[in-house]
Amino acid sequence: MTNDADVLQIDNLQTSFFIDGSEIKAVDGVSLNIPKGKTVGIVGESGSGKSITSMSVMRLIRNPGRIKGGSIHFNGEDLLQKTEKNMQNIRGNKISMIFQEPMTSLNPVYTVGQQISEVLQIHQNLSKKEALSKSVEMLELVGIPSPNDRVKQYPHELSGGMRQRVMIAIALACNPELLIADEPTTALDVTIQAQILELMNGLRKELGMSVILITHDLGVVAETCDYVAVMYAGQIVEYADVHTLFNNPKHPYTVGLMQSLPRHDMDQEELNVIEGNVPKPGEMPEGCRFAPRCPFASDICTRELPDLMETEDGNQVRCWVYSEKWDGDPEVNVKDDYKTARSQ
Amino acid sequence: MFVFTIRRILQTIPVLFGVSILVFLMMHLVPGDPAQVIAGEAASPQTIEQIRERLGLNDPLPMQYLNFIMNALQGDLGTSIRSGQPVSEEVFSRFWVTMELAFYSMILSAFIGLIAGIISAVRHYTIIDVVVMIIALFGLSMPNFWLGLMLMQFFSINLEILPVSGWGTPEQIILPVIALGTAGAAIIARMTRSSMLEVIGQDYIRTARAKGVKERFVIYKHALKNAMIPVVTVIGLEFGTLLTGAVLTETVFSINGLGRFVVESIRARDFPAVQGSVLVIALVFILVNLIVDLSYRFLNKRIDLN
Repeated sequence: MTNDADVLQIDNLQTSFFIDGSEIKAVDGVSLNIPKGKTVGIVGESGSGKSITSMSVMRLIRNPGRIKGGSIHFNGEDLLQKTEKNMQNIRGNKISMIFQEPMTSLNPVYTVGQQISEVLQIHQNLSKKEALSKSVEMLELVGIPSPNDRVKQYPHELSGGMRQRVMIAIALACNPELLIADEPTTALDVTIQAQILELMNGLRKELGMSVILITHDLGVVAETCDYVAVMYAGQIVEYADVHTLFNNPKHPYTVGLMQSLPRHDMDQEELNVIEGNVPKPGEMPEGCRFAPRCPFASDICTRELPDLMETEDGNQVRCWVYSEKWDGDPEVNVKDDYKTARSQ
Repeated sequence: MFVFTIRRILQTIPVLFGVSILVFLMMHLVPGDPAQVIAGEAASPQTIEQIRERLGLNDPLPMQYLNFIMNALQGDLGTSIRSGQPVSEEVFSRFWVTMELAFYSMILSAFIGLIAGIISAVRHYTIIDVVVMIIALFGLSMPNFWLGLMLMQFFSINLEILPVSGWGTPEQIILPVIALGTAGAAIIARMTRSSMLEVIGQDYIRTARAKGVKERFVIYKHALKNAMIPVVTVIGLEFGTLLTGAVLTETVFSINGLGRFVVESIRARDFPAVQGSVLVIALVFILVNLIVDLSYRFLNKRIDLN
């Protein structure tokens, strides 16, 4: 499992929330490797466990949530074995995070400069003055005009796009090896989205860091990611490089996601939605979690949960269709037959 | 900041104006003729008429108000009916006692309230939180005069370690300040707790943690400054409540302060004295609110007078 080319190795991560005596498995056995210098996308609907996975990497899961099992190796060291103090040295320094809500993620009572300086003062022992001049450099790096003035401003004086740039400046101030971006562009205008993604991509190449990009936007994935993990109900259902995923998706859920994208090159009467809803935690179906919504579901799908299986092209998929145990139509091709199967 | 301060100070002028009108009208709205009270029950109509003339009570109301306000601006609040001394001197000699009492009580309230509130919020839903909040509920529910009597009974009469009454020595200060400050401490504790809990759930607290900030600094640097904004309002308002509460506390502990002076003046229908005291108390309240608003601006740069 250990590989020098991977900056982060998540193995069988289990994170649960314990509410009113019952356990809600938000992340249930996620394994994922992040190669050095690459961008890995995590895609899935709301509640699929993608944010909880990233918060688990940061060890920022708060009560009533708890990381129950598994390991998260960062440069060969298990983050789950680290003390809180050690984690504080890693957060914002080696591993940084930016969030979905730029409007509320900055502290309203401190200036932009104070908030960037803080990470530098904590992790690099810079003096107040040094940290502030580095903050100005960081603002310049993330493309904020007249950084000398901006550094003295408060968050409410900046637009959403500007604030997200400030968040990126904070995250990158200490040259992290891994950046976790949790839906960084979801709350922004489309034009600003493109700018922010371009900025992140450029800085990733320039600084040589790895990125985990959490999103539900397949367009963003296609543009920025090298590899993609598709999550469904707390598990990874498909893992592939971005070309394979888009050209040859294997899991029925992935195919469903692709086909639910509105196409402008075709006259569409209606959108192809995936019928049904994500199962509620605590009401997980026996067998494959996608089976109730899957147009191909056969007997085994409702009985047994499939493992994440290696496919012949070296990618991974969690679906009985690709197993020797498959008891449905042996000729089935998930991608080509999805539409017909769905309409039946 | 400078412009903000000047504008905020200018805004107190209409408030002061309104307060002065209310205080002035108070004397004329309350039943009973001041001249009759001054002259006594057996006075002849001529005597009463003379007194009315001397006090200017026969002038038209606006004229009387103008005289009142012009005198007040020069520090002349009239003459006390009871003592014959200038009201300003009577009020001023008692003013500092009440201010001391209110100030110490406020320090106590804010200190205990903030600490208890923060502890409760950081340890919310634990036994510590529950205990602190139950104590706060008790503190809130006890009337300060009753608490004063209980404290007196226990510390002064049973244990005989603190004096029963008076004001001046440190020993004399302890009981009245506890009696007056407890309710405020409870209110501030509850306010701090709920405000802190709300702030701790905010996205920027998550950001602070993600930056690797130590939990202690997450609470005291990132959360507390935001949580203080509503708490400061409560502390400011609490000062008004303390001035009111001082009336009872001063009576219970026989402290010769402004609060007890007002009560006695009302009882004696000493209108100029009541008028002067109320005016001074209102001034203090306006001043405290001004300070609160200015500290707001210091805490939260988003606040604009528009």
